[in-house]
Amino acid sequence: MTAPASRTDIAPSRLVRRLILGIVGFLFAIPILAMIEFTLRNGLAGGYTVAHWTGLFDPANASRYQVVYTGLINSLVLAVVTVAIVILILLPTMVLVQLKFPALRRVLEFICIIPITVPAIVLVVGLAPIYSVVAKIFGSSVWTLAFAYGITVLPYAYRTIQSNLGAIDANTLSEAARSLGASWMAVFLRVLIPNLRRGIMAASFISVAVVLGEFTIASLLSRQNLQTAILLMSQSDPYVAVIIALLALAFVFVLLLLIGRIGTAGKSQRRKNGNRS
Amino acid sequence: MTMASAPSDASGDAGVLPRRHPRSGPAIIRRQKRGLAYLGLTPFAFYVLLFLALPTVFAMATGFFDNAGKFTFGNIAAIFDPVILNTFFASFWVSALTAVVGALVGALVCYALLGTRPDGPLRQMIESASSVLAQFGGVMLAFAFIATIGVQGLVTVWLQTLFHFNIYAGGVWLYTVPGLILPYIYFQVPLMVITFLPALEGLKPQWAEANATLGGGLGTYWVRIAAPVLAPAFFGSLLLLFANAFSAYATAAALISQGSQIVPLQIRAALVSETVLGRSNMAGALALGMIVVMIVVMTAYSLLQSRTTRWQR
Repeated sequence: MTAPASRTDIAPSRLVRRLILGIVGFLFAIPILAMIEFTLRNGLAGGYTVAHWTGLFDPANASRYQVVYTGLINSLVLAVVTVAIVILILLPTMVLVQLKFPALRRVLEFICIIPITVPAIVLVVGLAPIYSVVAKIFGSSVWTLAFAYGITVLPYAYRTIQSNLGAIDANTLSEAARSLGASWMAVFLRVLIPNLRRGIMAASFISVAVVLGEFTIASLLSRQNLQTAILLMSQSDPYVAVIIALLALAFVFVLLLLIGRIGTAGKSQRRKNGNRS
Repeated sequence: MTMASAPSDASGDAGVLPRRHPRSGPAIIRRQKRGLAYLGLTPFAFYVLLFLALPTVFAMATGFFDNAGKFTFGNIAAIFDPVILNTFFASFWVSALTAVVGALVGALVCYALLGTRPDGPLRQMIESASSVLAQFGGVMLAFAFIATIGVQGLVTVWLQTLFHFNIYAGGVWLYTVPGLILPYIYFQVPLMVITFLPALEGLKPQWAEANATLGGGLGTYWVRIAAPVLAPAFFGSLLLLFANAFSAYATAAALISQGSQIVPLQIRAALVSETVLGRSNMAGALALGMIVVMIVVMTAYSLLQSRTTRWQR
């Protein structure tokens, strides 16, 4: 005999759920809607117009929006270099620690969580002298900022890769490959990387999202990226600034939705495999 | 404000202990190979040393030196100047208030999500939206709230025309510290959803069944079982939210262009003009103050977190 559903079912009723999500969702939608409404305003003349949106794609305005384009391109370059740092420096280290130095796993985890405790606004104070040296070696082009961003994304990248790495039993895989005569390089490139694809992709996406939203370090080290450009643009043409902010928001939302898809696809696939075995 | 919490499941897979590679071959070769493997750790170690450890040490150390490079406690003492203490106080109350409101509303949203399918479209939408809003705020949030409750904002004008209610009757507060409250709550609630949801998911249905079998109702379940189990996770998330607001810079920088009412803005002023209270290297002292607060908060957080994971196995 089972107890009545109401006593074991701790989930809220459908009505309560809809009420909570409806009210909170509505309140959170207001600022976004206000931004959209703002981009459609016809300045001081009153009324509404789509001119601000169409003007964005008008080549005649290209020089006016130069700041934003430069910022966008800088941010994309930074995103690429940051992802490269994650894949070329963090990923091999995590694999190495997993396979060879299990005792160091706690240490690595601790290091990767530190950037949460040391906020960007604090880090930037100490980065200034570092970057005066970096500028002497690599010049002052914008991509060098990615060194700092690699640190900022460390907690997120670590977490996504680790959840994948912990789930695939990397040690057995590499031992199997080694005993079949694969070199360490082959183990890494042809056995582990394909198995870690999901984690690597999620880590890359989240890094891109974080880099595109970064403002603090770029602003205080006087570099141009998307966010500093938007803020600069808002002083001359607030409509365009808000439009770009909305587009960036939508882009990152889609990016993170994709991460969710990747994650659940992995889980359902694993579940299927589990049933089969 | 990018903080969406690495922690919640970072130690979730701690149970999977990696198996040792079987030992074989002469000891010397093994030692050499191990040496080679250590070499593989150097790029990361070097990178972290250069761009995380050194900047952190620099940030804290500069506070102890004056412009001429002489050791001084002057900057540290200056933290206790009433002006600076006030900014710390303002940072504290804004962070605490938005953390509490964010935690309560966020927990309510998590509760509403109980019983929905984890891989269903509703959950995916809400989780992605939460990640975006928790991590991507910054400058965008300032714009959003200027468009909403700015002097000509949508809600401001709407309240004025419909109810003849002027939210700025006592002066425009959006560009001061109280103006930070609503934008901060806007990124605190989503962060709470991300960090607290796994804990709420960890509630085992067996507990509810045991409660019902022993004659308990929903009330006893939530008060006697769920509340004690969830308390560490809730207060841990609350601390994370506090740390998140305390270290947030971008929204405040975009919104408040005049004055330095909170600590991150005080650091900006110190970096840009180098003369807060007429002292150089004040940024270092302020950074040190922030780190001390963050370390206290994050240590308490990780202690609570380790209590939380006990129930998530």
